[in-house]
Amino acid sequence: MVMFWVALLAISILIYLLLDGFDLGVGMLFGLTSSKSKREAMLGTVAPVWDGNETWLIVTGVILWGSFPLVYSMLLPALYIPVVVMLLGLILRGVAFEFRGKASRSRWIWDVCFATGSFAASFMQGAMVGAIVEGLPFSNGDYTGGTFGWLTTFAVLCGIGLCFGYALLGACWLVRKSEGPVRDMARRQIPPLAISVLAFLVIVFVHALAEHLPILHRWIDRPYLFVFPLIGAGAAAVLARSILNHDDYWPFHMVSLIFVAAFGTLALSFWPYMIPFVVTIEEAAAPHASLAFMFWGAGLFVFPLMLLYMAVGYRIFRGKSVSAVDHY
Amino acid sequence: MDLTALLLSRLQFAFTISFHIIFPAFTIGLAAWLTVLEAMHQYSGKPVYRILFEFWLKIFGVAFGMGVVSGVVMAFQFGTNWSVLSKMSGPIQGPLLSYETFTAFMLEASFFGILIFGRTRVPPWFYLFSTAMVALGTTLSAFWIMVNNSWMQVPTGYVMQNGQFVPVDWAQIIFNRVVWVRFPHMLLASYLTGAFCVAATGAWYLLRRTYRAEARVMLSMGLALAAVLLPVQLFIGHLVGDYVHDLQPAKFAAIEARWHDEQPASEVLIAIPDSGTESNKYAISIPILGSIIGSLSLTSKEVGLTSFAPQDRPPVLIPFFAFRIMVGCGLVMLGLAWLGTWLGLKHRLERSRLLLWGIFLSFPLPWIAILTGWYTAEVGRQPWTIYGVLRTADAVTPFLTASAAMMSLILFVAVYAFIFSFGTYYIYRLLRAGPPGLGGKPLDIPAPNRPMSLADQLPTTRSYLEAGE
Repeated sequence: MVMFWVALLAISILIYLLLDGFDLGVGMLFGLTSSKSKREAMLGTVAPVWDGNETWLIVTGVILWGSFPLVYSMLLPALYIPVVVMLLGLILRGVAFEFRGKASRSRWIWDVCFATGSFAASFMQGAMVGAIVEGLPFSNGDYTGGTFGWLTTFAVLCGIGLCFGYALLGACWLVRKSEGPVRDMARRQIPPLAISVLAFLVIVFVHALAEHLPILHRWIDRPYLFVFPLIGAGAAAVLARSILNHDDYWPFHMVSLIFVAAFGTLALSFWPYMIPFVVTIEEAAAPHASLAFMFWGAGLFVFPLMLLYMAVGYRIFRGKSVSAVDHY
Repeated sequence: MDLTALLLSRLQFAFTISFHIIFPAFTIGLAAWLTVLEAMHQYSGKPVYRILFEFWLKIFGVAFGMGVVSGVVMAFQFGTNWSVLSKMSGPIQGPLLSYETFTAFMLEASFFGILIFGRTRVPPWFYLFSTAMVALGTTLSAFWIMVNNSWMQVPTGYVMQNGQFVPVDWAQIIFNRVVWVRFPHMLLASYLTGAFCVAATGAWYLLRRTYRAEARVMLSMGLALAAVLLPVQLFIGHLVGDYVHDLQPAKFAAIEARWHDEQPASEVLIAIPDSGTESNKYAISIPILGSIIGSLSLTSKEVGLTSFAPQDRPPVLIPFFAFRIMVGCGLVMLGLAWLGTWLGLKHRLERSRLLLWGIFLSFPLPWIAILTGWYTAEVGRQPWTIYGVLRTADAVTPFLTASAAMMSLILFVAVYAFIFSFGTYYIYRLLRAGPPGLGGKPLDIPAPNRPMSLADQLPTTRSYLEAGE
């Protein structure tokens, strides 16, 4: 039962990373162009699906609370400021979707909110992962690091790294979903973004070596973990080829695979810890009665249904979104 | 009073949840109304239903967007500010909110995209189905929230183990008798909010002598629904009062501003309760009525606040006044709905401009009633977070600093004030511009490659109208 909820939590986080990753990425790239028509075409690729994408963040949050209340109640207050800033970023970019089309003179406000909100949310998510990897100080379950204890060089690096990662995913989504100038622009953005992501991975790795982060020992103990970076490297090679061949379909899937590889590396490196080296999965798990109640309804029946709605949504809005625009 | 992390966290929770409830209260009713409109249009083929659908869908979109983004905050705020609560009650509240997210949010979010962007991409029956699924999603969400909050009001079906609430009987938690009066109370409140907003918009157009055909449909449908639902709502509200009387006597005494045990008890209609002297100033009260309302008896003894230790008493002022404002709003709405429906049946409503003004200006009443109703329930539950078991003061994150809580509160207030002003302004503009395509000045027709806004559906609607007429 515990393992089932660990798996569902991992799947939900992964789906969130991939789905909201691309629409947050599109949001940041949105800020890099000032062309009105490009901006609108970019928004059109994510407008029908962003709400569902973001819902996976809530799914992650409530699974964490219901299945692993200890982790929920330790991590969220420890990461108070980044959580609040992330939420505010998501609010500003979320309302921008609805408000932008209603605005006339004030449209620029929502353009700014959309880009900066996307950036703030992405950066804070990366920084939180960084802070957790580096290790948050707890004593008897109480966080002792102070309001800005999470704000370390490593966390900032991870924040910037995730922004590049999401932007890369967003660019690949645009290549897949759009045509014309937007696709050409996104295609040009992919190589520098991909190289930046690679550079940040190297910097993060070197930093981890220099700081002797405890995660490194795990890599020496568990050599099989190197499978994931190998998958990532393979995906990067296919990505490079598909970019050179001007393929629209494969880049998004390859960058997704790189994300899966990175996520797998992190998750398995810390196994069986949920908060690295402080709380294990078994310690954090809710009582059996809670896990079983969620399993027999939400987990077994509703979760597949959620995947089905998601599939229906993406199926209805499949293909290049430019054709959708013509209908309006 | 010191600005402690506890007080700031309470203010922040009250502020963010009050802001959030405004939107679901509206969209739950509106989603059901949209489903009815789409079904009536598909069944009867009358263009007016389609025009109204497209019109209210735009408003729904803005309100739904604000509800979604302000709702995400709620899923995390339990953890950030109330870590002791979330650790202790996570085994019960976590699964309940998981059910909400799993059964409701994903349904709403997925089908909302189809509702707004998918009209031309799916067959009509599937479009109607999507509308119904959004309505179902909003209703399920309300259900799970009411289960969750009712458990905090009347905790049941659990044992305490290792400092956690461990569920032993989920049926008791979900089929708690309190849920089955509070959920209908909230659902009806949402339907009434939708009904009054629709009716008020209709009244507004009639006063401005524009969009008459649509205005008549809005006014008569809104008022008729409200006229039927309001008496039911008052009755269910009475049942909610019964559970408070039986299970939360201190809250009941605060609502009644009853300081001392009385037998038979009088009912304080209005007064200024003073907790310093434990008495009421300027009280107007009716003898015996308190016993009748509390226990349907002429002789029953009703409990006063002084029967509870001072540290177990809720504040009196807020529950006392909030409850009276809620009931007052309900009665005013009842009067408007009945009078309006009566005159409407006699075809005299459109000539009685005074009543039209009253209906138009009544649109805030359902929201005021919902907010004050929740203030009665939540402030009346104090000093407890989980009634009788966990005190609010013990539930807050112990290591949260006042400066961090202050920072987040200021940020939330600033951002919410910002989006609320623009959101209401855009909704006002949509309402002012009126339904597309008929009468008055049509909305600006957007460039064909603007994929974003709902207003972009205008050309479709217009060509549809031309074809239909």
